[in-house]
Amino acid sequence: MKNFKKVLALLLAAIFVVGILAACSGNGGGQQGGGEQGSEEQGGGEQQTTPEEGGEQGGAETTLKVGLICLHDENSTYDLNFINAFKQVCSELGLVEGESYFIKVNKGENEECYQAACELVDSGCSIIFADSFGHEDYMLQAAIENPDVQFCHATGTKAHTENVANYHNAFASIYEGRYLAGIAAGMKINAMIEEGKITPEQTKMGYVGAYPYAEVKSGYTSFYLGAKSVCPTVTMLVTFTNSWYDETLEKTGAQTLIDQGCVLISQHADSMGAPTACEAAGVPNVSYNGSTISAAPNTFIVSSRIDWAPYYRYAIDCVKNGQPIDVDYVGTLETGSVCLTEVNEAVAAPGTVEAIEAAKAEMQAGTLHVFDTANFTKGGETLTSYLADVDDMGDFAPETEVISDGYFHESEYRSAPYFDIDIDGITILGE
Amino acid sequence: MNSAVKVPLVHITRRKNIVWYRAWIVRVVAVIMALILCGIVTMLLVGANPIDVYKTMVVGNFGTARKIWFMLQDLAILLIISLALAPAFRMRFWNLGGDGQALMGCLGATTIMILFRDSMPNWLLIICMLLAALFGGALWAFIPAFFKSKWNTNETLFTLMMNYVATQLVAYFVVFWENPKGSSKIGIINQRTQLGWLPTIGGNKYILIIIVAVLLTVGMFVYMRYSKHGYEISVVGESEPTARYVGIKVRKVIIRTLILSGAICGLAGFLLVSGTDHTMTTTLVGGRGFTGVMVAWLAKFNPFFMVITSFVLVFLGRGASEISTMFGLNDSFGAILTGIILFFIIGCEFFLNYELHFRHGKNKEVQ
Repeated sequence: MKNFKKVLALLLAAIFVVGILAACSGNGGGQQGGGEQGSEEQGGGEQQTTPEEGGEQGGAETTLKVGLICLHDENSTYDLNFINAFKQVCSELGLVEGESYFIKVNKGENEECYQAACELVDSGCSIIFADSFGHEDYMLQAAIENPDVQFCHATGTKAHTENVANYHNAFASIYEGRYLAGIAAGMKINAMIEEGKITPEQTKMGYVGAYPYAEVKSGYTSFYLGAKSVCPTVTMLVTFTNSWYDETLEKTGAQTLIDQGCVLISQHADSMGAPTACEAAGVPNVSYNGSTISAAPNTFIVSSRIDWAPYYRYAIDCVKNGQPIDVDYVGTLETGSVCLTEVNEAVAAPGTVEAIEAAKAEMQAGTLHVFDTANFTKGGETLTSYLADVDDMGDFAPETEVISDGYFHESEYRSAPYFDIDIDGITILGE
Repeated sequence: MNSAVKVPLVHITRRKNIVWYRAWIVRVVAVIMALILCGIVTMLLVGANPIDVYKTMVVGNFGTARKIWFMLQDLAILLIISLALAPAFRMRFWNLGGDGQALMGCLGATTIMILFRDSMPNWLLIICMLLAALFGGALWAFIPAFFKSKWNTNETLFTLMMNYVATQLVAYFVVFWENPKGSSKIGIINQRTQLGWLPTIGGNKYILIIIVAVLLTVGMFVYMRYSKHGYEISVVGESEPTARYVGIKVRKVIIRTLILSGAICGLAGFLLVSGTDHTMTTTLVGGRGFTGVMVAWLAKFNPFFMVITSFVLVFLGRGASEISTMFGLNDSFGAILTGIILFFIIGCEFFLNYELHFRHGKNKEVQ
């Protein structure tokens, strides 16, 4: 027992030494002498001190630092899509995670986002991206307070009305990608009729949406129109989860739609809920944000997604070269921002790839418009005029005429979608 | 081993008294052991240098002046909610509804902020928001307290369930006031006019909140230690029959204490809406109502110790977030480290309250 005590004493001594070392090196990295007690006065005293970037890196002033703020982490397909693109562009530029690029995950749509943005500014970032719609007000606030740093907010709507020079919005013409994915869905349904699996009267698709918001409505309408272009009898049932990420709700939502007789499911929500529900029920699924083939090898057809890499490349280049960044950036098929994953030939109807390529070529040639007013009706009528609430001032008052030349001009007057018409053929569950 | 009486391998007895400094040595050793285990886990799982990881945690909290302010604000809100829970827990009333009570505070403040922003001067608007928040929080605590005192319902379940009701109510009103339509978010309220926003002190919106937390800490200490109410609370907590015997109206004490508890949670909600976030979301309180339970318990309901325990929890949380950013890890890794550290901190309380006696070795104690 005496030996035991000695060993224990030695061990404790060793632990203390390690502990003290840890504490010392820890304080060295932060502000000098910043013990727990002294921190409060210190914060007040050094309020104007600039961050310590220069001192630490010495000659490496030319190193650009960039940051990304995400609502969730890589378990969300939506955030993963941003994170992957961001990491890809950063590694192309030779940036290193934790040194010259930073990703802040699980930042809520409140003060957390503002704080994350400020901390990225303090880390020396000269351009900061955020990925969630609800981050907008907090990014804007940080942009106003930090005029030397560029703030780029994906999916937001306020840049073109707020006139804050260092605040920018970005989106992509993803409705084109969804339309193409819709073609794959329509062809699958046609194939199912031919195989005798369903009758032509059962051509009902289901769609799990996040919020009844223009971004989602524009998405599911373009998906529906794509399917309708090859399968004219198709109808669609939509359910909302009222959350961007809720695996359980998305799963039960998809299941409800399947129980209601939907023969194919697509979704605009960010978890694996809908794809896994489809796989379990053996119902084909058209995905979003990226391939879900690993979770649903027997039901996954294709997925449309926005590739954010072209935007990141563009915006970071602008900062490097001292050029202004677009107030509203819209990525397109040409820029490579709108893309489809590989088609899962095992599930998709034969000829899907060719049909998608043909439609894509037409879109790029300008001969095919997704929201062509000849292809949809509202209340049985073809629309010739529609006012959309493009300048999102919180007044809920539509002011911009968006139908001309026979089609609805989506994502032209601002980057974020504003198509919010409930067209015929689409029913919202419970309405 | 021939003895007739079977002696168990380990037997546990309650520790009678432990000198305060020995107790603190045990706690410090526990934290150090936790840090060492975290270091081993970090090296094995991530391959990162544990010293760097701890350094990152410190930088995450104290790296820049701005970070310190953020940390202090976080600390202040957690502390206020913990202080709110303390009197209820001291009374052995398990108020697990801190989240819901604070959310109702948020809802109260937001309602006034949106509905009356054009119809009264700003100072009056802020006061009305505060009153509405206090009322919202107090109401959400009063309901379970009333049922407890009247029909002896289980307050643990009741307060817990009230959280969900509050979350759903907030979700409803978020949709009700959503902007833009269909987006299910309110965004920053009165961003242009700043109506209903707490004034900043020297351009810093956190100082006022920190001052409120400091005042409340002292106030709660005095209330629990020196006031008649505080005495009644501890008597009810020790033994209800005794309290009844000495003429304390137990029902009244329960309801009064819970109204206080809920109102202070509501105050935290008010500070979030009016002071920092200027919005309302269902996740605005962020589980602080539950973290606060741990803060209060670990500090044995002493408000000054609660400053330390809430600092530890805030430090760990913010440090973990910094680790995930700097090392390119998922937030979960930070949560693992936090879990290990809390396990040791809570675990050492066991050794402070109980002694272990092993069968061989003549009742040698372990700690």
